[in-house]
Amino acid sequence: MLEVTALRKSYGNVVAVDGISLRAGMGETIGLLGPNGAGKTTTVSMIAGLLRPDSGEVLIAGRHLCGDADPAKRNIGLVPQDIGLYDEMSARENLHLFAALYGMDRASRNRAIDGALDLVGLAERAKHKVTGFSGGMKRRLNLAAALLHDPQLLLLDEPTVGVDPQSRNAIFENLETLKKRGKTLLYTTHYMEEAERLCDRMVIIDRGKVIADDTLQGLHRLLPALNLLTVELDDQKAEGLRLEELRSVAGVQSVEMRDGILKVGVRDLAADSPGILQWLVERGYTFRHLASERANLETVFLTLTGRSLRD
Amino acid sequence: MLTPFLALVRKDLKLFFGDRRALLMTVAAPILIASFFGYIFGGRSGQTETSRIPVFTADQDGSAISREIVSRLSTDKFLEVKPSTLEQAREAVRKGNATVAFVIPKDFGADAGRAFFNAGKKPAITVLYDPSHGMERSMLEGILAGHVMEAVSKEMFGGPGGRQVIQESLAQLDQSAMPQEEKKRLRDLLRGVEEFNAGQDAGKESGRTGPREGLTLPYQVSSEAVTSGSGVQYNGYAHSFGGMGIQFILFLGIEVGVGLLLQRQRGVWKRLRAAPLSRAVLLGSRATSAAMTSMFVLMVLFGFACLVFGVRIEGSMAGFLGVCAAFSLMTAAFGLLIAALGKTPEATRGLSIVTTLLMVMLGGAWVPTFIFPQWLQKLTVVIPTRWAMDGLDAMTWRGLGFSAAIIPIALLLGCALVCGALAVSRFRWETGD
Repeated sequence: MLEVTALRKSYGNVVAVDGISLRAGMGETIGLLGPNGAGKTTTVSMIAGLLRPDSGEVLIAGRHLCGDADPAKRNIGLVPQDIGLYDEMSARENLHLFAALYGMDRASRNRAIDGALDLVGLAERAKHKVTGFSGGMKRRLNLAAALLHDPQLLLLDEPTVGVDPQSRNAIFENLETLKKRGKTLLYTTHYMEEAERLCDRMVIIDRGKVIADDTLQGLHRLLPALNLLTVELDDQKAEGLRLEELRSVAGVQSVEMRDGILKVGVRDLAADSPGILQWLVERGYTFRHLASERANLETVFLTLTGRSLRD
Repeated sequence: MLTPFLALVRKDLKLFFGDRRALLMTVAAPILIASFFGYIFGGRSGQTETSRIPVFTADQDGSAISREIVSRLSTDKFLEVKPSTLEQAREAVRKGNATVAFVIPKDFGADAGRAFFNAGKKPAITVLYDPSHGMERSMLEGILAGHVMEAVSKEMFGGPGGRQVIQESLAQLDQSAMPQEEKKRLRDLLRGVEEFNAGQDAGKESGRTGPREGLTLPYQVSSEAVTSGSGVQYNGYAHSFGGMGIQFILFLGIEVGVGLLLQRQRGVWKRLRAAPLSRAVLLGSRATSAAMTSMFVLMVLFGFACLVFGVRIEGSMAGFLGVCAAFSLMTAAFGLLIAALGKTPEATRGLSIVTTLLMVMLGGAWVPTFIFPQWLQKLTVVIPTRWAMDGLDAMTWRGLGFSAAIIPIALLLGCALVCGALAVSRFRWETGD
């Protein structure tokens, strides 16, 4: 459905997108992940035809977009990061306008508007002016406006920015419904948990370049360990801990000790943890606190770039 | 392409008419200001109450002639004369309470009488004037000249002062170094005046002659305002409503441009650009809605002026509508040009307002262009607001036919085309992150 090859865009000396390639098959949901300024929005803008790339190409359903009025744009539904609505108009009036931009007749528009409002749960607020909507409601309407012409490819540019958890959840449910309907979704975000919940595949970009492109499982394979066992040791004995010996314990992938806190990476938390704890007890170590965490995309990004996603 | 075009135009009109408060201000503000300017510059009948020019007189002579001058000035319908001392007169001018002060010096009457018949020393009337009233000063000096001439000649032809001057002149004539031929002619003239005075005295005794008048201006002025037809009076509101309409519609044009710049900063611009719409549809729809709202505002303003102030389209209605439509289109193109050349909405708004005010001022929308210096009057013929003003004046109170509207319409449409073409070529379609 979407094929992006060696896309490049620069502003003066600043290279915003530096040879990005990615593809999304029919019905697939791709997460485009990266910190702020990584080039996500610029990439989406080039895919939507808003920006002309310096080089590279974008194919949608196998063809290039030719010009502003190319009918192939009907294949694309853009959900911009900034709310793209007229506050002074009602929800229904907004949707009527945006449906008309795609040349839909009145009857088709009404059907599409009813369907979109139902999907995002705003049917009862259809006649209300957008200016009175909460941030979450505006985000949901922002999504609805991109669905009216029934596009096959949805470009979602951080569609949950600034919304409360309840609205975020509602938007996620909407997107899951669209996914079930077979839509192709390109979802940009810097919230890893969103991508983990929704996306079939993740493309991680940093400083305009793709640094990883795989499924969640594939990305996890890039990590030395999938789980992290954290043990807070008694201060007095922690000094003498022999890390090399601990690395030889079965299942241990990595060991790190800092400020009395021991972090042990393991593949299988349930199978490997007892052996490690027993090793510590046998050597007289006592611990005040014990915790475990599963490695996530944040960890992947940290591992790949040495920086946090929210830096 | 028609469905999205109409939807975009409808959206703009809905937003314009939906904001009732802004709409009221768009219409009410020009009406208020135009009403004020219309009253100041001629009013409904073209005969607003003329304020008299304050003039002080300091008569240091006290002769029959100087008293006559002051008396004649006091009865002049254009002047409000206040006799005073020299100090009071100077202070009044300095404080702006008087536009000019005429100071008639001692012995003015006698000296003026002598200078009337021969090349004797001419006495001087000092004119103290407020430098901020240069134009009125010239007019007042003209009025003074007329009254002085009448007062001096009246005294010379029959007044006691005049008889004395003639006798003195005759007595001094023999000692004069004047050539004999000229002496003879002057003596004949003076004796002729003596005989005229004697005849006046005889007539007075027998009751045959009227009051002495002296020399008077040998003509009268009959004024007629040339408007669209006989009996049609100039209506100052026609010009002021045209001027204010033009100014506020250009402000609407600024809002169109700044609105587009603001829209570019919002997600809605991305949504519009993501749709399969040509640039012609996107900009054309905005220009169309802007022209429609401009036309609406002009119609409301002139409708109000017609109903309340009796403004009439004395010329061609088609020409009037044509000028309004052409100016509305030019305003729309002007708005697009602002959007194309502007960078940030804030900076663009400030610069556009200054440009607009300059165009409005130089186009004669505030005050008529004839009071500008010559070079500036020539310069203003290239300003679109001047074409619009000339066109509206021609179709309203001047009452000219459609042919007089053709050039303004053509120039305005040409300007709209140039602005529109520039806007399309310079418009920055792409937005960054």
